[in-house]
Amino acid sequence: MAKTRKKFVAADPDKCVGCQICEYVCAFEKDKVFNPLKSRIRVVRLYPANLSIACRLCEDAPCVKACPRKALEQSTETGVILIDEKKCDGCGWCIEACEFGAITLHPGKKVVVACDLCNGEPKCVKWCPEEALELTTTDALAQKARVAATKKLFQEALEGKS
Amino acid sequence: MFSKLNGYVGQVLVVNLSTKTVETKPLDLELAKKYIGGIGLAMRTVYDYIEPGVDPLSPENPLVLATGPINGIMWPTAGNGHVFAAKSPLTNAIGESKAHGFFGAELKRAGYDMVVVLGKSEKPVYLWIDDNSVQLMDAKHLWGKTPIETEEIIRKELGDLNIRVACIGIAGEKLVRIAAILNDQSRACGRCGMGAVMGSKNLKAIAVRGSEDITVADVEGLQAFYKVFYDRAKGPKTRKYRTLGTPENVLVLNKLGALPTRNFTNATFEGADKVSGEYLSERFVDNIIACGGCPMRCEHVAAVSEGPYKGTVARMEYESLWAFGPNCGIDSLEAIIKAIDLCNYYGVDTISCGGIIGFAMDCYKNKILTKKDTEGLDLSFGNAEAMLEMIRRIGERRGLGDTLAEGVKRAAEKIGKGAEKLANHIKGLEMTGYDIRGLKTAAVGYAVSFRGADHNRHGAYAPDVSGKVDRFKAEEGRGKMVREIEDLYTIIDSLVVCKFSRGLYEKSHEDAATLYRLVTGIEMTTEDMTKAGERINNLGRVFNVREGFMRKDDIVPVKTMTTPIPDDCVSKGSYIRQEELDLLLDDYYKVRGWTKDGVPTVEKLKELAMDEFVDVVKPKIASVAVAGSRSEKSK
Repeated sequence: MAKTRKKFVAADPDKCVGCQICEYVCAFEKDKVFNPLKSRIRVVRLYPANLSIACRLCEDAPCVKACPRKALEQSTETGVILIDEKKCDGCGWCIEACEFGAITLHPGKKVVVACDLCNGEPKCVKWCPEEALELTTTDALAQKARVAATKKLFQEALEGKS
Repeated sequence: MFSKLNGYVGQVLVVNLSTKTVETKPLDLELAKKYIGGIGLAMRTVYDYIEPGVDPLSPENPLVLATGPINGIMWPTAGNGHVFAAKSPLTNAIGESKAHGFFGAELKRAGYDMVVVLGKSEKPVYLWIDDNSVQLMDAKHLWGKTPIETEEIIRKELGDLNIRVACIGIAGEKLVRIAAILNDQSRACGRCGMGAVMGSKNLKAIAVRGSEDITVADVEGLQAFYKVFYDRAKGPKTRKYRTLGTPENVLVLNKLGALPTRNFTNATFEGADKVSGEYLSERFVDNIIACGGCPMRCEHVAAVSEGPYKGTVARMEYESLWAFGPNCGIDSLEAIIKAIDLCNYYGVDTISCGGIIGFAMDCYKNKILTKKDTEGLDLSFGNAEAMLEMIRRIGERRGLGDTLAEGVKRAAEKIGKGAEKLANHIKGLEMTGYDIRGLKTAAVGYAVSFRGADHNRHGAYAPDVSGKVDRFKAEEGRGKMVREIEDLYTIIDSLVVCKFSRGLYEKSHEDAATLYRLVTGIEMTTEDMTKAGERINNLGRVFNVREGFMRKDDIVPVKTMTTPIPDDCVSKGSYIRQEELDLLLDDYYKVRGWTKDGVPTVEKLKELAMDEFVDVVKPKIASVAVAGSRSEKSK
């Protein structure tokens, strides 16, 4: 049960405006510098659509499995990917294994970095000006999607009711 | 690891396209403090590299790209801006233009406060700045490509989707004088023909990738200050930009009788409702997106979902909408969106382009241009198809488009037959969407602007539109208002932050000085910052004085002085009389500390620590004095 309650940062594509503030905030929180490249959350802008992507804390995380040096480990408690910076040599197998591009090479340290949820209070979520980011679970996302689908299906009936 | 500085990164890249050499110079910090960055520092640098009288489209005209001390950090609207400056091929005066997006921050992270491009390449090239690796790349395969295509091809061939590109389209290549330099798909340094200067150098694009950190002097202080500005950016001060965006102006100005219509024939537009911000927002705006680091996000992306222009997507701002809408008598937003898209396709300034087509339509109406001149095109006001076709002809320099591509001033001179009277420009730059016939504070702001007709140099419509002053009256005191806004606008464009965020700086120069100190660690009092704003305006003026500009050039378009507003509205009958303009200019020059001829005095320049310019103004002041005394004698 615990596994499905793992919380991660998800962006709502309908709300994300691609402003990069999450990137600036993350790099600043972690490295005390202004440099989006050092962010653990990354924005994709495909004009005019935008989406921020951070680690999804996959079950049986492929990045962990891909690491030839056992530098990555998934926390059983939070699901966060723990990176042993001494073992990581930046080979990039984990990057290739991740379907979301959510684990990246830190341009300064030359080791990989991923979202660590800022001890449960992600700064990107706090500062997102569009409230597009939330700390959520797969269960909550699925629930939201089900409600949206149902509403769409019964749109007329629901509108008539109100 | 380039930076021991904060805010600034400390390096200037000098690229000579004629000799194919690249050199890195340290940023002159004393100059940086005096001119801040952005347009201030860029214009100062153009001045250093240019001789007076140079043809703007010759290799002797330097093209300067600059960021400001605030770019590349987390700050509302400031993550992202950049400036291009050069002598303008439209005005022969100083030209500068600013854009936002992501390009500027990337350049900063690559390690450069400024890039100076000199000379002319033999063959089409593009500049590839990858941190400290700088290369001139062959651009033969990019010649003839649109800005969006150019951006895509460069990213693909260099293998990184995050590379930022500023480039010209076909219009820039063909030296269309209203050509723009575009970046990040939809952003443009549009005004003053900077794209033509870039094209004259055979420089198709500047591609940038930067990976270094930008550091600030007082991290904690900036954090606290950021919190205040972040909240303000999401508050009432930016409501307009976050909701309807600048197209909100359409109905506001229409109600005031200040919406220039059909090339400044009317000041209200009967089709205003159909091109209003409200109508646009309801039916066309699909997305509102942001520039880098901006919490207020203002980019209204409109899409056409049906009809002949189905599938067209463009970023909407009031000025572009006005230029192709009311100014051309067009009440179809579909056609206006298509027109803006075409401008982005060819790479031309939307404002100037719409201004020129409105002018051509006016000539057609007055039979100065006929179907023979237009090769059969019915160039009547309101003909959307004809408008779109003219954009294509201008972009490709075809037929009449070749003449119009020279800008409205030169085109009118060439066409003759009184066309000059219909050409709405100041110093050669096409007018923007405020009918100054009934906005007399704005009128003086437009007249004196160093880059020619533009609202973005002074924003002096604000006291008129808000009702703070009697906008139909020319009176003393307006000069002071204009000067104050001008001196803030130069700071905004030099830091570089976005004008849409100007309301956040509640304490004006004091807030700007605080921000500058926190970021750079360089001492800067409110007074210093205010002086810097004034200094940059004086710099623009001195540059132009050296090129021969004087009071005679601080004019408003003929039409605004000869055609009273005919519409039955609050501004009916209003226009600018010569004596009003004279009074306004006298008043303005006086508060500026300039001579009656609009030349900065030696005392003023010394007061602003601009001693190096004294020799520029001295002969101008002397010759005027001599001329003055001579005419006295002849009486």
